[in-house]
Amino acid sequence: MFPARFRYEAPHSLDEAISLLRDGGDYVKVLAGGQSLVPMMKLRFATPDMLVDINDVPGLAYHRTDPDGTLRIGALCRHADLEFSSLLPGTQPTMAAAAPLVADPLVRNRGTLVGSLCHADPQGDWASVMLALGGSVIAQGPAGRRAIPLAEFVTGPFENTLGHDEIAVEAVVPKALGTRAGGYLKLERRVGDFATVGTAVAIETSGGTVVRAGIALTGVGGSTIAATDAAAALAGKPLSADSIAEAAELAASAAQPKTDHRGTAEYKRHLVRVFVSRILGGSLSSTTGSSTTGSSATGAAAERAA
Amino acid sequence: MTTTADESRALDEIKIGGLGSSRKRVEDDRFIRGKGNYVDDVVLPGMLHMEILRSPLAHARIKSIDASKAWALPGVRLVLTGEMMATRNLAWMPTLSYDTQAVLATDKVRFQGQEVACVIADDPYIAKDACELIEVDYEPLPPIMNPWQGLAEDAPVIRDDKVNQADNVVYNWEVGDKAGTDRAFEQADVISKMELHYPRSHPSPIECCGSVADFNRATQKLTVYLTSQAPHIVRAAVAMVAELPEHMIRIVSPDIGGGFGNKVPIYPGYVCSILASILLECPVKWIEDKTGNLISTGFARDVYLKGEMALRKDGKILGVRMHTDADHGAFFSDAQPSKFKIGLMHSAFAAYDVPAAHLTARGVYTNKAPGGVAYRCSFRVTEAMFFQERMVQAAADDLGMDQAAFRRMNFVRDDDFPHRTPFGFLTDSGQYAKCLEVGLKAIDYENFRKEQAEARKRGRLLGLGISTMTEPLGAGNSREYDILGIKMFDSAELKVHMTGKAILRTGAKTQGQGHETTWAQIVAHELGIPADDVVVEEGDTDTAPFGMGTYASRSTPVAGAAVAMVSRKIRAKARKLAAHLLEVSEEDIEWELGRFYVRSAPGRGVTIQECAMAAYSNMPDGMEPGLENTAYYDPPNLTWPFAVYIVTVEVDPETGVWDVLRMVAVDDCGVRINPMIVEGQIMGGLTEAYAMASMQFITFDADGNCVGSNYMDYLLPSAWETPGYELHSEVVTPCPHHPIGAKGIGECAAVGGPAAFVNAVMDAISETGVRNIDMPVLPDRVWEALTYRRDVSGAPPIRQD
Ligand SMILES: Cc1cc2nc3c(=O)[nH]c(=O)nc-3n(C[C@H](O)[C@H](O)[C@H](O)COP(=O)(O)OP(=O)(O)OC[C@H]3O[C@@H](n4cnc5c(N)ncnc54)[C@H](O)[C@@H]3O)c2cc1C
Repeated sequence: MFPARFRYEAPHSLDEAISLLRDGGDYVKVLAGGQSLVPMMKLRFATPDMLVDINDVPGLAYHRTDPDGTLRIGALCRHADLEFSSLLPGTQPTMAAAAPLVADPLVRNRGTLVGSLCHADPQGDWASVMLALGGSVIAQGPAGRRAIPLAEFVTGPFENTLGHDEIAVEAVVPKALGTRAGGYLKLERRVGDFATVGTAVAIETSGGTVVRAGIALTGVGGSTIAATDAAAALAGKPLSADSIAEAAELAASAAQPKTDHRGTAEYKRHLVRVFVSRILGGSLSSTTGSSTTGSSATGAAAERAA
Repeated sequence: MTTTADESRALDEIKIGGLGSSRKRVEDDRFIRGKGNYVDDVVLPGMLHMEILRSPLAHARIKSIDASKAWALPGVRLVLTGEMMATRNLAWMPTLSYDTQAVLATDKVRFQGQEVACVIADDPYIAKDACELIEVDYEPLPPIMNPWQGLAEDAPVIRDDKVNQADNVVYNWEVGDKAGTDRAFEQADVISKMELHYPRSHPSPIECCGSVADFNRATQKLTVYLTSQAPHIVRAAVAMVAELPEHMIRIVSPDIGGGFGNKVPIYPGYVCSILASILLECPVKWIEDKTGNLISTGFARDVYLKGEMALRKDGKILGVRMHTDADHGAFFSDAQPSKFKIGLMHSAFAAYDVPAAHLTARGVYTNKAPGGVAYRCSFRVTEAMFFQERMVQAAADDLGMDQAAFRRMNFVRDDDFPHRTPFGFLTDSGQYAKCLEVGLKAIDYENFRKEQAEARKRGRLLGLGISTMTEPLGAGNSREYDILGIKMFDSAELKVHMTGKAILRTGAKTQGQGHETTWAQIVAHELGIPADDVVVEEGDTDTAPFGMGTYASRSTPVAGAAVAMVSRKIRAKARKLAAHLLEVSEEDIEWELGRFYVRSAPGRGVTIQECAMAAYSNMPDGMEPGLENTAYYDPPNLTWPFAVYIVTVEVDPETGVWDVLRMVAVDDCGVRINPMIVEGQIMGGLTEAYAMASMQFITFDADGNCVGSNYMDYLLPSAWETPGYELHSEVVTPCPHHPIGAKGIGECAAVGGPAAFVNAVMDAISETGVRNIDMPVLPDRVWEALTYRRDVSGAPPIRQD
């Protein structure tokens, strides 16, 4: 597989990278982990004139928590950094559940969360997770920095609202209003496969009441779907079997799946319902109030059998 | 008088790496160091690069091709189109199944991915750029994606290039006893029916196909480095198609990164690179990319079954009726050596005592890639065994009989051999019931059935699937098997040097099977020369003896037999040398591993190495010097290994996801040369069986687009999904006619495994009354079966919004 001709630049600072984007012409692309962009180039689905490789830019490989609990993920933080992070378990159950389900271990060593958000693949896992958590993206361009809430960042399949001369430098998960619970469930045909269906659920409870809820869906629409009605059905009351059933039903109706080689629309919609109830059912039965439900649905039966 | 155990100075066979030694694979040394030498590693001075332009459409008339922009691109040396090939009578080539196949399309494209043009340029990037500059004007035609569309009254004729081809039928063929079978069905108490589709699959070796053609005008010699499992067949084909003198053609198969049948056919890319090298008088390299490999090269399976079994109330099988419809794609280029149109499909039910059977088979052209290959099986045996074991499971269920008991009752018995199968094969040996007992004990059958019943009460769906297989291996005896008229023998040449070290060459070609290791073990077994002292070489037609290559698990049954036979020829000569050295007559000489001795004085002896030295330095008067020989082996019959595979699964009733709990494999492949390699072959085969059962297939949408054209959609299971296997080797029935009793093992598990997985899932959901879910048994299909209690077809085109 031989990509079309392109110019390659590997700047050593953000300013330099931004100037290259600004002056580089019509079709310039940032290269982060390369796990989406390079496959597209090798198939010649993407034929950029220039790549601006940001891997040599120092200070982007972090993820850290602010004193108030805000989580910040730098543009060069790899999926694997999150998978093995000690910051996520306990405080970020939805992220902790999703991290090991993104792609396969090889891809996770290179690919980045921020790159995945920018790529805006409707089958990308991180966009759902960040949407459910109410996250945002920090963009930096010639005019400085701005925060873009995820709901406004991903506008369609493979479309985001970055300016052509902007780099996404960081993703941000706001501090929790209570205790976080939730999880991420994904049906994949095998490890490394994109989701047939992925479901991200994030709730925050305080004093037995759900004070914030987010539900987002992967792979069941033209882009990542925020199931806002489903989330609203949970908020402002204690989690109960009834509210879970209602949220699951609303999430299923928010899905806009299509029948394809991964399954029928009906099946995918059904899975959304099952996954939302499984994640929330786990939260309900968990005594700590913060539980992690994450597994590719493949293996679920075996787990139960064990 | 023979020597007693105390006196024996025979070598310890395991220590010298003989039969039964799990010797480490010698080829792995270079592979794990990254020092393998594959076709893409071949770099010749002045070498150019070729890229193929493929059709984006499945069926279309070519109105025009304009390559002028490609010619104009700097660095482009040659653009080949069908029209140019036609001027050299190379636009079409004969197939191994007596049809024709387009090399580069002239009139129409007949499948997505078909070769339309080639660019040869200074580097592969330029070649690819130039391909994009070729303008082809297509007039789309309706694509035919399955046999039923192809058989429809108003279906366009795909092969309008052929005179006398008025429809899309490739052949109608039958075998068996129709009248006897009809009678059996009249007498039946129960008739059990089964309809299903074995999906199109692809062998998908990690290394794709490729060639480096090097025609030297000065010497007139054509050397081609090429990914072939059968280099001598390629030489013969090139001589016949390109009309070059055979002695001026050298085909070299260097290290091969997996074949699985995919590298048996001759592909258009090879032909084009050869022609380009002749025209340009410099080496031309063509390396196929993964998508090219998956969409255009030899696929496997794609057969529909209508099966029926006539049964007596007590469980006895009275007769079997099968009708198959095979989807051959656009050209009938099945790479199979048998005289039978549907390959060895009629090996079905060979392990069962079935009084009468009849099979009808129809082949149909479709707008899909051609080149049916035997993906890890003797041709169509995988389908035969899958059909058989799915039918057997349904039959037992229809009778309300236990799965194990039904099989046990109908097996051919150990003392029934030689046994004539209902379709006319002759099987020679086996202990079928014993293998089944070993498997049932290992899986703890009775207990699992109890557990299953208990679990069902709590809403959990457990299932157990049994599959058995017997595979006709060796392809084959010269009466019934040939390629291009060449009989299916194989060969070995052994040269023992004067220091007792040796080089062995065969007409087979290893692609991962470990010939470099196991052939040396056969020599060690026959001659007592330590395996480490024998180097094995294959794949170069200038040096290897003529042989038919490696596929259909034929290496050990045929080339392996030739290795034993040539070793015996060497030993016969060494015996004469020993008599000479020991100054006794040949009749007084006895052999024990590694040594000849005098019968009456066992202490007096000479080693095989001493004989080798004498062959070059001290031969008796009148004896030709040297210790070298060649053997050609034409097997008297096929070999018939047997296996039982048992799988247990749990199905998630809400999602349809299923997981393997355990898998037990009992393989009786006769004598095992290298048990470790045998186990590796079984595990590899089981993994491919699991792949086919659970995820791996090539399908198409209604417009003719291939779904599964890359590794994101053509799913190979990784270490994460692949279940663990429990292997059993305690049943050993040596092949009565093979010199060392081996039967072949490379493919058994891929052949017999799929039905075990599918039967297990079907067993888990048996309460739904659903008879069949087509492979791959994807979670959505299971969910559909559970929810709607109906059979689920996987036939293309796929359902799509
Ligand atoms: C085999 C395989 C399996 C996969 N499976 C999954 C899966 O199951 N789930 C899943 O979610 N993903 C999957 N992926 C995709 C993977 O997660 C990618 O890593 C991710 O989508 C992109 O991140 P990246 O850092 O590799 O981005 P790149 O490939 O470098 O870039 C992707 C796009 O984002 C842009 N971009 C990247 N970073 C920035 C930035 N900081 N600012 C502005 N633009 C930027 C690029 O210009 C490009 O357009 C898979 C990939 C492969 C190869």
